[in-house]
Amino acid sequence: MSFKHTRDFDKPIEEIERKIEELRHFSPNGTGAYQEEIRKLEKKAEKLIKDIYSNLTPWQITLVARHPERPYTLDYLNMAFEDFVELHGDRLYRDDPAIVGGLARLDGRPVVVIGQQKGRNTKQRFYRNYGMPHPDGYRKALRLMRLAERFNKPIVTLIDTPGAAPDIEAEERGQSEAIARNLLCMSSLKVPIVSVVIGEGGSGGALAIGVADRVMMMEYSTYSVISPEGCAAILWKDGTKADLAAKALRMSAPELKKLGVIDRIIKEPLGGAHRNPRKAAENLKAALVDALDELSGTQIDRLLDQRYEKFRRIGVFREPGT
Amino acid sequence: MVWFKKDFFSKREKKTLKVPQGLWVKCNHCNEIIYKKEVERNLDVCPKCNYHFRISSRRRIETVLDEGSFVEYDGALEPQDALDFKDLKRYKDRLREAHKKHASKDAFVSGQGLIDGRKVMIGAFEFSFMGGSMGSVVGEKITRLVEHASAERTPLVIFTSSGGARMQEGILSLMQMAKTAAAIARLNEKGIPYISVLTDPTTGGVTASFAMLGDVIVAEPRALIGFAGPRVIQETIRQKLPEGFQRAEYLLEHGMIDMIVERKMMKSTLSLLLSLLAG
Repeated sequence: MSFKHTRDFDKPIEEIERKIEELRHFSPNGTGAYQEEIRKLEKKAEKLIKDIYSNLTPWQITLVARHPERPYTLDYLNMAFEDFVELHGDRLYRDDPAIVGGLARLDGRPVVVIGQQKGRNTKQRFYRNYGMPHPDGYRKALRLMRLAERFNKPIVTLIDTPGAAPDIEAEERGQSEAIARNLLCMSSLKVPIVSVVIGEGGSGGALAIGVADRVMMMEYSTYSVISPEGCAAILWKDGTKADLAAKALRMSAPELKKLGVIDRIIKEPLGGAHRNPRKAAENLKAALVDALDELSGTQIDRLLDQRYEKFRRIGVFREPGT
Repeated sequence: MVWFKKDFFSKREKKTLKVPQGLWVKCNHCNEIIYKKEVERNLDVCPKCNYHFRISSRRRIETVLDEGSFVEYDGALEPQDALDFKDLKRYKDRLREAHKKHASKDAFVSGQGLIDGRKVMIGAFEFSFMGGSMGSVVGEKITRLVEHASAERTPLVIFTSSGGARMQEGILSLMQMAKTAAAIARLNEKGIPYISVLTDPTTGGVTASFAMLGDVIVAEPRALIGFAGPRVIQETIRQKLPEGFQRAEYLLEHGMIDMIVERKMMKSTLSLLLSLLAG
């Protein structure tokens, strides 16, 4: 396995997809000479996608999780929710665009939705700080969660961040305190909370909106204590060994399910969410509705005990004499 | 003819810089060479410049508890290699090496003891054990300590010194942040005081969970405290970091901690705070 930043494993598929697109251009109404050819190519593409995507290495999964066309929080808010009203600001310092949140309806039920937001182009990426929130973002998230608690609305959080912002401003305004405060408050918030990692689950910056009754991951998302590059730079003393670190960290959805850290893996459409965002949103919506249905029947005191226990039991150690 | 031979100088340099092993220590801050016994008598603080040396977890606990009052909890908890983690070294081998050097099984020592006759739950990090990193054992021991404090309605004091979550235990380490913070939430509900003492260095997942959640947060002078380490920040922003950035004094100025307390005043300060909060 060699380390590459590019999704070259995706190239053969993209090539066929481009060809299909071209042929369609010449026979716009689904008629014409190229129909047979298109069908053949589609079959070929499907088989190729199946073969490639069922054998992705952990590093390749990381690249899919970071795919620039992967649906982000606001895309899911558009596709899986209705009536979204965005609410802004932490009432302390500013509005952090790296976290979005507000009121919305999920299958008719009012909820509060919060998630990290990445940008689609260079300008937006800069504006959203690459989905890396400052303390103000986490404090906005906490404000919205308290709002949800006051009005007895369940909370949905969508996790998609490389990590919390590592810069001077973040430290000045108490990044650690903001994250810690969220962990503490979420553990005892008196409404059901469901979290889904939709792309990158980067360390404390992800967990800061991820202490939930149900934690789920999209099929090709990742969740890790440190980025593979960061881990490689420290332990391998070489950031380009990220592929090895990605494997060692066990950061893919099936690995986390096996470790008992997440409850459910949400299936993505063939070839990843970016190939069919609508289908991905449908699957996400169905999983969220299931989870909220399950949780809404539970008494709040019991729910809080279960939430405490859920995180309380995580950890592997030996205790001789017991 | 060669007048200045290279090895003539290098030999001389070696001679003048040699410090006798064991008897003397060099201060990391003022670079003075000081008699080791003198430093130890001074609670491992440099008598010339007041630099606070990093100290072991057990020594730390000794310095604030009444003599002989410490009773250790959960000392038998042992780390496991749940991920079968291997970088340049196996995690199992790293643990084996650490166990050769330390009496403790992991990077946190906890128990109960007395501060001026008042019972407290107390814990301290061992920075020299894998950088004081928090994995499953550290997270479990902290959570149990907090739960003891809740159940027995006894105040809690934790001294931190840690690089953050332990990478070799992957996501399990990350989740210890949620686990410990949740335990603190329950302690808060009961109205039991928790004093967090941040010592050099406290960063990453430890700062971003229970360490910053103290009812009162104390720090030692000049301790490095932050979320991201200074090197990571430097690499991200590619600018020089301001003087004193992420030091205890900087955090005090920015309203992130309550006070800076010198080691020799630590016990009396904790005692006073506890008498005011729990008295």
